Amino acid sequence: MTSLATAGERVAPAPGSPRGRRAREVRLGLVRSVPLLPSLALLALFLLGPIVYAIYGSLTNRTLTGPNAANPSFVGFDNYARLFASSDFWTSVVLTVVFLVASAIIGQNVLGLLLAVLMKNGTPTLSRTIAALVVVAWVLPEIVAAFALYAFFASEGTLNLMLDAIGLTGPAWLIAFPMLAVILANVWRGTAFSMMVYSAALSEVPPEINEAAEIDGASAAQRFFRITLPMIRRSISTNLMLTTLQTLGVFTLIWVMTGGGPGFKSATLPILAYQQAFNFAQIGYGTAIAVITLLIGAIFAMVYIKVLKPEVD
Amino acid sequence: MTAPAVQLASPRRRPSRVISNVILVLVGLAFVIPLAWIVLGSFNTEAKVSITWPSSWTLDNFITISTWDTTFRPLVNSAILSFGCAVITVVCSVLAAYPLSRYQMRFNRSLMYVILFGTCLPITAMMVPVYALFVSLNLLNTLWGTVLFLAATSLPMAIWMTKNFMDSIPVSLEEAAWVDGASAMTALRRIVVPLMRNGISVVFIFVFTMAWGNFFVPFVLLFSRENMPAAVAIFGFFGTYGTVAYGQLAAFSIMYAMPVLVLYLVTQKVSGGSFAMSGAVKG
Repeated sequence: MTSLATAGERVAPAPGSPRGRRAREVRLGLVRSVPLLPSLALLALFLLGPIVYAIYGSLTNRTLTGPNAANPSFVGFDNYARLFASSDFWTSVVLTVVFLVASAIIGQNVLGLLLAVLMKNGTPTLSRTIAALVVVAWVLPEIVAAFALYAFFASEGTLNLMLDAIGLTGPAWLIAFPMLAVILANVWRGTAFSMMVYSAALSEVPPEINEAAEIDGASAAQRFFRITLPMIRRSISTNLMLTTLQTLGVFTLIWVMTGGGPGFKSATLPILAYQQAFNFAQIGYGTAIAVITLLIGAIFAMVYIKVLKPEVD
Repeated sequence: MTAPAVQLASPRRRPSRVISNVILVLVGLAFVIPLAWIVLGSFNTEAKVSITWPSSWTLDNFITISTWDTTFRPLVNSAILSFGCAVITVVCSVLAAYPLSRYQMRFNRSLMYVILFGTCLPITAMMVPVYALFVSLNLLNTLWGTVLFLAATSLPMAIWMTKNFMDSIPVSLEEAAWVDGASAMTALRRIVVPLMRNGISVVFIFVFTMAWGNFFVPFVLLFSRENMPAAVAIFGFFGTYGTVAYGQLAAFSIMYAMPVLVLYLVTQKVSGGSFAMSGAVKG
């Protein structure tokens, strides 16, 4: 990082014609933006690049191998037409929505909030221990968490071992209820984030308000739903959005636990895109699925930015 | 949610505390059992897919996997990927955050919105086009190409966090340096960066941890054994005929997870125990 020639530019603009000043301002702006260049170059090449490439690639019949791999031809909206006509795709959309609603919106958020509330009421040492366990599940590399949960839900796994001990015979969870297993797995993996956000939010609710309500005879439930929840609603909506976006991108957990199967029974959109591109060698088709998933993510991101207006300045 | 309000005035919160503790213990059990499977399995040469108490505690699993090919090369590769990614990301984001934080430029607002938008994109959904792009750029199976891609994907969040940290440093100190004739970059290097040391280490550790734990990106972009990071090499414990060396898998998992667990504790210390990502989720 050698120093850039900006020192001379910072002196007060010399009086001159408005046109000269304007040119100087433009030049100043350009010089000042130089430090942005490395980031912009990386973002343009590796983030914008793939997006543009995806939009173009989804309009070709590119395959992984064979003649169409080297010289794909332009096929227009064929991939999208096939996609929208395919029942696997629509199943996958439904599975993705179920996964988002059940594991992120309900699972992680409700459990995270519940844990945050309980930790405020529980014995401090116990609360800290439980918090540490929940956070370890989140800090752990994703693939390690995925194997641990695979072993928990496998037909000879720990869950069925425990059910055996109380005289029940558990099903082969990953085959009979693959979505339930991956939803619970994602709750296990991601709840720590919501828990930390809500713990921080709850600690900022002034206790006097709750105490005043308590004196006025409000029950614990009333205080929670009428006072605490409205006071942390901003954290709730921000967290809902962030966990949803995070969950939309979950691949490893599902890939390790069920591989998207049996059949396509747990193939959410990222899994379906991967399968189509690499297992069935249809790069163009897989790319079309990627574009749709990106669009869904983009819509969520837009809603988040428009509605919640995070402070940009 | 909280316990029903049965308490009257005096012994406050007793019943609610008991109920809270009971639920906390139950939730804790659900979290600890899969984790315990890894820990118990690593000390047990006969570990199974279900949790088992080792009949004899032994370090044999760790000794068996302590070879260059099985464990150390993958860990070194992971270190190269995550360290390279974190260094590039932090340098780029500190540079980028400076003009965004210090100058009133016309495109600042829109650029911050683009960056915020970038933090929201589901990167996993992009891997198929990224693979195609890497084929055409001839970057497939190169560590440095993967490092650059990982850096680009962590940049939006890193710039966002770094700018928030930088905003909290008063500009008056730099103004003094400017008056003394220091250039903007000198002021950044000598004044701003030392002052935001803690913030920078939080960003560094955050990016490092994300890259260290990333499975999908190297899984798609790297394929030779020499380049495989730990996240992908872990599949080596799955035999060809469906046999899995669970004990070794668990021992490997512990060695692979240890660095990020330690780094997490370091962040807790650095940021004074508060929620380390508050810079990221401020909203």
